[in-house]
Amino acid sequence: MSNVGIVIVSHSPLVAEGTADMVRQMVGDEVPLAWCGGNGHGGLGTSVEAIMGAIDKAWSEAGVAILVDLGGAETNSEMAVEMIGEPRAQKIIVCNAPIVEGAVMAATEASGGASLKEVVATAHELSPS
Amino acid sequence: MAAFDLARLITAAADTIAAHSEELTALDQAIGDGDHGLNMKRGFEAVRADAEAFSAKPLPEALKAIGTKLVMTVGGASGPLFGTLFLALGKEISAEPDRANLTAAFGKAIEAVAARGKSQVGQKTMLDVLQPVHDALVNGKTGSEIADIADSAAEATVPMKATRGRASFLGDRSIGHMDAGGRSVALLVRTIGETLEGRP
Repeated sequence: MSNVGIVIVSHSPLVAEGTADMVRQMVGDEVPLAWCGGNGHGGLGTSVEAIMGAIDKAWSEAGVAILVDLGGAETNSEMAVEMIGEPRAQKIIVCNAPIVEGAVMAATEASGGASLKEVVATAHELSPS
Repeated sequence: MAAFDLARLITAAADTIAAHSEELTALDQAIGDGDHGLNMKRGFEAVRADAEAFSAKPLPEALKAIGTKLVMTVGGASGPLFGTLFLALGKEISAEPDRANLTAAFGKAIEAVAARGKSQVGQKTMLDVLQPVHDALVNGKTGSEIADIADSAAEATVPMKATRGRASFLGDRSIGHMDAGGRSVALLVRTIGETLEGRP
């Protein structure tokens, strides 16, 4: 698929899965989509390994936009991008946007064939800072 | 610096973290999400399990492999932060470091941690212990002097107000508690300092 992929990373698997479900129902299947959440030991948290797996699953040559919730999700996502390394790393961006609204808006933009830059810009418009 | 036994260092570090796991969790419960002790213990036990393999590698490769292992096993925000410390140290250090090389590499590693956490000194984080330790290395302090400096630096995070990390959500209520990540650094610095000086 040539559309930009969307990865959702929450501390909670329920939030991540629910957000992905909203994207699927509101945007459809035109966008590669993957989610991960939880620390891998049954608790809240995020896992670099799981994030790397989600990026692989949602991978698109057009790039991947990652939507995160709280701080550690961002730090772990940036670590995952670094560990994936170039040449793919330059096509992966961690968005500064609210996770649910950001995922839906970014996916909507992506479903129309927008570039990674455009998809990320759409998500960032939702963020006040 | 005398050549050192990496396997012995790993064992000592993992023992220290295991012994203080509950204390670290209690610190984190006060102003964080209460998983720091358990997360660090899981990570260092994973490193301990592979100590032999790490020790067989040249020091830079060993440190990078330890960093990767910590990233993958510690979890939370501490995984990438402590992992980055070791990954960056491994990138900068030479196979047989003298003090100047160790000091320079440690300085670069702290910069990498600051970049990873988008943080700086004074925000009640592990950086508030790492930086004084680096200064002490620069100033020629001994291992036990550096360990004392690290303990004092961890104590000095108590009156700070957190402006990064989970504790920053609490604002002024973060004042009066020691930063758990800073305490972990101080524990590791003491263990490494004492192990390198050949004391228990």
